[in-house]
Amino acid sequence: MKNDDKYWSTVIKPKSSLFSVDWGELWQYRDLAAMFVRRNITTQYKQTVLGPLWYLVQPVLTVVMYMFVFGGIAKISTDGLPQPLFYLSGVCLWGYFSDCLNRTSNTFVDNAGIFGKVYFPRLIVPIANVISNLVRFGIQLGLFLIVYLVYQLFVMPGQIHTNIYALLFPLLVVMLAGLALGFGILFSSLTTKYRDLQLLLSFFVSLWMYATPIIYPMSTVTNSYAKLAMSLNPLTGIVEAFRYGVLGVGNFSWGLLAYSFVFMVVLLLVGVVLFNRVQRSFMDTV
Amino acid sequence: MATAIEFENIGKLYRLGLVGTGTLSHDLKRWWTTSIRRQPDPYLRIGEQNDRSVRGQSDYVWALKDIDFKVEQGDVVGIIGRNGAGKSTLLKILSRVTAPTTGTIRARGRIGSLLEVGTGFHPEMTGRENIYLNGAILGMTKEEITRKLDEIIDFSGCERYIDTPVKRYSSGMMVRLGFAVAAHLDPEILVVDEVLAVGDAEFQKKAIGKMQDISKGEGRTVLLVSHNMANIRSLCNRCVVLDKGVTTFVGDTGEAVAYYTQTFNIVKSQHVVVTDAMRDMGRTMAAKMISVSQVKESCTYASDEDIVLRIKIESSINISECRVNCTIDSSSDTPICTNSSVNFFDISAGETKEIEYTILNPGLTWGKYSVSFSVGTGNMTTGETNFDVVRNAIFFEIDRPSATSNTAYAKWNADSWGNIYLHTKQKIIS
Repeated sequence: MKNDDKYWSTVIKPKSSLFSVDWGELWQYRDLAAMFVRRNITTQYKQTVLGPLWYLVQPVLTVVMYMFVFGGIAKISTDGLPQPLFYLSGVCLWGYFSDCLNRTSNTFVDNAGIFGKVYFPRLIVPIANVISNLVRFGIQLGLFLIVYLVYQLFVMPGQIHTNIYALLFPLLVVMLAGLALGFGILFSSLTTKYRDLQLLLSFFVSLWMYATPIIYPMSTVTNSYAKLAMSLNPLTGIVEAFRYGVLGVGNFSWGLLAYSFVFMVVLLLVGVVLFNRVQRSFMDTV
Repeated sequence: MATAIEFENIGKLYRLGLVGTGTLSHDLKRWWTTSIRRQPDPYLRIGEQNDRSVRGQSDYVWALKDIDFKVEQGDVVGIIGRNGAGKSTLLKILSRVTAPTTGTIRARGRIGSLLEVGTGFHPEMTGRENIYLNGAILGMTKEEITRKLDEIIDFSGCERYIDTPVKRYSSGMMVRLGFAVAAHLDPEILVVDEVLAVGDAEFQKKAIGKMQDISKGEGRTVLLVSHNMANIRSLCNRCVVLDKGVTTFVGDTGEAVAYYTQTFNIVKSQHVVVTDAMRDMGRTMAAKMISVSQVKESCTYASDEDIVLRIKIESSINISECRVNCTIDSSSDTPICTNSSVNFFDISAGETKEIEYTILNPGLTWGKYSVSFSVGTGNMTTGETNFDVVRNAIFFEIDRPSATSNTAYAKWNADSWGNIYLHTKQKIIS
């Protein structure tokens, strides 16, 4: 009976098999995820005058800057859309993705203090990050909605062709979150040992934005190599689909969207497996 | 009784020095040998025994090796050992903070670990919010915490401040709050690392009382690391003694504590050159002890024999009324006695002086002792300055008299009677 593994509820071994992610345990700790989300949100702007208004200050200033530099000086097309609307859509989506990615990729290093003292499924932390950033994303999206309504109803009534593809929005957010989580846990697993990657990542993320149709529409890209390269970027399909559905401009492609989805699934699988491996011994290397 | 935890051949290998430099090359070599050539990990073979005082040949040491024992359900097991014996590593593996290099641990029931109180407290959040956060980190559900909230707040004694951010708390209050949450965790197996050594006396008593309730009343299994033999004795029914990463004794608490104190790893050396590792950090060392030696070669004395030492002091400044104090510690790291020296000497910059230092008739019972020294000026009333404090500088032994000489003394039980043989005078006056 004692050698029967069912007798033991916990077995601690040097190495676990690659795919032994304990999903049930993750579910057991859902309250902890909720608690981390709450902590992330409530503590971010404690003791600031503007409080959650800061969530809006950042995108507004960024959009103004983009209008000045890319719209004004560089005169990059916005597919005929009003600049604030075009840039704001990009800034919201990209902001969510890059915030998630940056925070998630530091999971182990930032939480070494807690991880070194108590066990819980480490995956809870990146998941909580992605969820808590959703709140901020929601608030920014509210701003986007207001700007959208102002244009749709007063400035240029009926000229923004929102269509049925806008209903894809929830799926797009899930994909964005999935990609950010996937890249984040992949990087965080690697940075525990090789810190160079941490430095590389912030640089990489800022360049990545220019390889994604955030400040320009896909239609301005004419070079076929550049087009191919951009199609390989899993974010391209998502951003384009959002703009197409909500604002009625750009190239919508089921193919690109399917590619992004498959990319996300594979990335998440690889990320979770690697993360799961690293979490068991990272305290010795961090 | 049912087995609650089973340790089987547990080992943990650590790499010394700078983690991160050259790891890529080691990783590649390891990958080459284990995955391609299908041979054992080259770095596992070269691990050495973990003795921090001896300089090793290998970059790898076994912090734990071949740990093999079982814990019955309802046992309260104390884990004792000197600093660096591997106690904390063992608890870390058991609480799954880090994975073992070899072996398997099997446990029955939920493991709650308490390696620190107040893990994850966020300074900006209120006491109440932190109870929820900390509780969730320790593995409680929200509903469970809500149910116990009043009890937790009451136990912490911080009711008045419960809706104030914890950054306004005193450090003692933080600890109370942290322990209060942890004490209401209900795991079948509780792993505790010296957290009892915090808080004021009143709170410690409360904490120990709670621990006793948990183990005795509720039949839970507890693993406890502590340096405090009194706590170990009052809480534990079994003990594991670790030394340099291996278990040297497993068994009944009384025997284990006796074993631990007897194997007090002393180096009875007649002459000791003081190294910086023996000194307290953060002293000016304007005047410092450079060596200490015992005149008697055997370093073993009778209880009433004077202990004559020679101490060399070197100074880089002029000091008038310099003095040397000493403290004698027992083999269980407990201070026994201290002198406040009234013999002053002057020393000038660049000078080295040798002092004959005699501990008069110490009156200690048989056993092993260590002596720590402080070099400084002033006394407790005028205000002291210590230039140099040297811990456990020299070791000596008080001989055990033959059983026939004085029976009470020869069978001395230092654990309950202390380390000083008390002389009394009694006469009948009515």
